[in-house]
Amino acid sequence: MSFTLFQIFNGLTFAALLFLVASGFTLIFGLMRIVNLAHGAMYLMGGYVAYAVATQSGSFVLGVVAGAVATALMGLVEQSLLRFAKGVELRQVLMTLGLALIIDDSALVIFGGDTFSMPTPDILKGPLEFFGMTYPRYRLFVLLVGIIIFILLWLLMNRTKLGALIRAGVDDAETVEAMGVNIRRVFIITFMLGMALAGIAGALGGAFLSLYPSADSEILVYSLAVVIIGGRGSLAGAAVGSLAVSMLSTFGQVWFPELSYFVIFGPMALLLAFRPTGLFGRPN
Amino acid sequence: MILASKTSWTVIVIAALCALPAALTGYQTSLATLILIYALLAMSIDIMAGYAGRTPLCHGAIFGVATYVVMYYVTTAGGNPWLGMLYGIGMAAAVSLIFALLAVRTSGVYFLLLTLALGMVIWGVCQRWTSVTGGENGLRGTVRPDWLLDPVRFYFFVLTIGLLATFIMWRFVSSPFGLSLKGIRESESRMKSLGYQSTKHLVIGFVFSGIMAGVAGVLYALFNSFVSPSSVALAQSVKGLLMAIIGGVGTLFGGIVGAAAIIILENVVSSFTERWSMVLGLLFVFTMIFAPEGIVGKFRTIKWFKKSV
Repeated sequence: MSFTLFQIFNGLTFAALLFLVASGFTLIFGLMRIVNLAHGAMYLMGGYVAYAVATQSGSFVLGVVAGAVATALMGLVEQSLLRFAKGVELRQVLMTLGLALIIDDSALVIFGGDTFSMPTPDILKGPLEFFGMTYPRYRLFVLLVGIIIFILLWLLMNRTKLGALIRAGVDDAETVEAMGVNIRRVFIITFMLGMALAGIAGALGGAFLSLYPSADSEILVYSLAVVIIGGRGSLAGAAVGSLAVSMLSTFGQVWFPELSYFVIFGPMALLLAFRPTGLFGRPN
Repeated sequence: MILASKTSWTVIVIAALCALPAALTGYQTSLATLILIYALLAMSIDIMAGYAGRTPLCHGAIFGVATYVVMYYVTTAGGNPWLGMLYGIGMAAAVSLIFALLAVRTSGVYFLLLTLALGMVIWGVCQRWTSVTGGENGLRGTVRPDWLLDPVRFYFFVLTIGLLATFIMWRFVSSPFGLSLKGIRESESRMKSLGYQSTKHLVIGFVFSGIMAGVAGVLYALFNSFVSPSSVALAQSVKGLLMAIIGGVGTLFGGIVGAAAIIILENVVSSFTERWSMVLGLLFVFTMIFAPEGIVGKFRTIKWFKKSV
């Protein structure tokens, strides 16, 4: 019983982390029709920058902030590059793929192939006891951050003008532009926001999943699964998709360690056969 | 007239390819063999990307599955290499059938995404199913039959299969069926209203291109005598797709040009620096910005332009 509970908590904390990555991914995909295949690379880059800053300055918070700022700036660079292939989505996607290769290889040059763990502050170290179960504090902290970010994003999307513009843009960007809105600015803000979230995820994930050269493609595949399950451009979809993917992956790894990938992608493929747009996605 | 010039061109190219080993060193011959193998992969990708209008990112994985099957069957199970090659191609066909059934309902970016995810599943399985795939260490061992150990002879072996496969692919894309794929690329809804079962056509096209990728994969097993998860990784699909794009999407033979360009470049770059992956990324970005129609595509545009002038 307590083992299952333990695994459920592992799933929940992983879901929180996945949500951080996938929420930005899905918003960018929904709004700009760009599948940002560099998102995993951004996660890794955020993690590395956060690790470097945190070990140098000794401050965990500073590290996380630095990771988020670095990826947000990188997002700005990427956005301006993507304008060269404006309107041709497939070309843009392939460009992001090229960018992912460049970022990954640069990370390999700077940090080498070793595995790093982001240092955590003392308050978050050690276990916490509740319900007769001991659980690492840090992972509970990640879960908390995930929930807070979900609430903040929900408020942003549903209670602010920017959120309304983003939601309108997801449905029909051209009409929003025709109504006199500077949609490019909305694009840039969303892009940077999504990247910053990926950076934060890299920093937080760097402490319990650790950072190593192929971590980016693993996270990317999970985020792809989340977006395919949840549907493009939907925050709720990202949350539900993250939960589904992380639970399947956590229990899949326990039950069928060698074939855990099948456990995630089997249901995904099945869902896609019946609902090609995902659970919360809208048709084009 | 045009036909005659096409035939003479084909004869010249084939003659040049046959004469090539005489002019090259042993290392360069094996490089040429590798180019022929990757040209098949690039062309198989072009069947989907260029003709059916569905850009796939899973062909590297299908290619790698065939390689894995040959390596496993011959080295671990101690089977016959020819049978192993047959099984490899069969497995590639089976995997592409599953992928096709899942993916052909989607198009555009969604298709790319889904095939990418499916390809990653293969990678994940190869990485973690250590009892069969050897995990990170991969599988190693000579699978080439004795009489093919000579590099020049092996080059001619790959060339023969390559030319045969290229001919089949060319017939495939210029057949009425190939035209129906082009029709689906231009407008799926119109093809449907004309009575074509577009899903069925796409599945057949996908499986055919998967089989061709499988042929390239089994040849690669013979060539490399080693397979590891990096052979099925996304980078492999990316490389193949880039070859098809640099050669020119929708030109079929562009895949040969693209494969030659990328592999020669890879060798030149690798002799100076270890940063090949970064160069590949830069190449991708610049191609997308400046020459999305590829080398052969550009050539054709110029020719068409001259004609119209």
